[in-house]
Amino acid sequence: MYAPFELDIPTDLPGALAALANGAGETVLPIAGGTNLIVDIRARRERPDRMVGLGEVDELKGMEFGPERIAIGGRTTVSDLLRAPEIAREAPALIDAARLFGGLMVRNTGTVAGNIASGSPAADLVPPLLTLDAELTLASANATRTMALDDYYLGYKEDARTPDELITRIAWPRLPANAVNSFYKLARRKGDAITVTGVAVTLAAADGRCTRARIALCSVAPVVFRARQAEALLEGRALTPALIDEAAAEAAAAARPIDDIRASADYRRHTALALTRRLVGQAWDRLA
Amino acid sequence: MPENRTITLRINGRDEEGRFPAHRTLLEALRQLGHMEVKCGCEKGDCGACAVLVDGMAVDSCLTLAWTADGREVTTVSGLGDLDSPHPLQQAFADGGAAQCGYCIPGIIVAAKAIIDENPEPSEDDIRLGLSGNLCRCTGYTKIFEAIADAAAVMRAEGGEP
Repeated sequence: MYAPFELDIPTDLPGALAALANGAGETVLPIAGGTNLIVDIRARRERPDRMVGLGEVDELKGMEFGPERIAIGGRTTVSDLLRAPEIAREAPALIDAARLFGGLMVRNTGTVAGNIASGSPAADLVPPLLTLDAELTLASANATRTMALDDYYLGYKEDARTPDELITRIAWPRLPANAVNSFYKLARRKGDAITVTGVAVTLAAADGRCTRARIALCSVAPVVFRARQAEALLEGRALTPALIDEAAAEAAAAARPIDDIRASADYRRHTALALTRRLVGQAWDRLA
Repeated sequence: MPENRTITLRINGRDEEGRFPAHRTLLEALRQLGHMEVKCGCEKGDCGACAVLVDGMAVDSCLTLAWTADGREVTTVSGLGDLDSPHPLQQAFADGGAAQCGYCIPGIIVAAKAIIDENPEPSEDDIRLGLSGNLCRCTGYTKIFEAIADAAAVMRAEGGEP
């Protein structure tokens, strides 16, 4: 690779945060799996002076399964998700996304925090996490803050993370008792393909009514987003095919898709509607 | 200019030292050390031609910085076996005619090793998903999938060291 940079390999989190803070006049980037970043550097889309390798920062690894909340370290890889039976039980949408994420080698090294921080509108792990009400912990050498994942994206490839911050932790509440959580990736092939349209849904029900609806879409707008108007249509109601159609139309109306090499904007709008209808309908059938 | 650093890679069971700058990828380092069996394909993490095992885990060496592999075990396709004593995967690929031009095969065999290490009895779906990061532009993949299933069966029957 012909774009030279320097590389620090700190062995703990304070060391990593200090290395990120020391970038006076330099472009300093953290690197975990590198599955996006190395490609971007090679293409000269990123030109770091210095990289901070996170491979030996153990504080960023591990999963906690508390009575009410689940938390995973930022450096959890996609393969780590697939090997965790509790994630399969507690966040099935995340497993749906992880199974078809990149290829084996990318799943082994690509991280959850990296997928979030890439800011890509096609980040497959983000719709599932949005439908789980995930919260991020961002740490710098000076401060630690938490924010809803839903507040993290500011625009196309723009996010709330400052250059000296790391996403150290991703946490979400356990799903309620009667809930379905799923994700569907539409792409040209299964695996190693960038998503054309991705939809994640969480639906919970009690006494024949929908008590919680979360719908999030990727690859159909400049950012991954929650279809809040569609969610609002469903919450508190007994779902009918007509109501599900209406919510799916709202979700598609909230999309701002583009034409690109993978699909047309029209196709994305159409599939955003069809997939939302399908996932909400299937979830409701399973809950009934 | 950034400094060079001497790193030690335990490649196929033998320690090898090299001196590299920070931006050198593991792929470049391995080939510079003479390991031409590791192939350079897309350099984007799409094709898997450069796959190697680092401490037993399959990675794209084109996306791995060499310094981050310092002190680790690196296994290339040559580390699995040779002509005199081929690994069951290598034997199955030869017997089944699962290679045409052969360029993708070093990476595919490494990925297949990782698939079988994780699951000694992979279904066809497991094999397909496990190989989704390896592209072959010659074949229809069928013989590749069959060779991996055959090798897994041989390895289960042998029951010994994978």
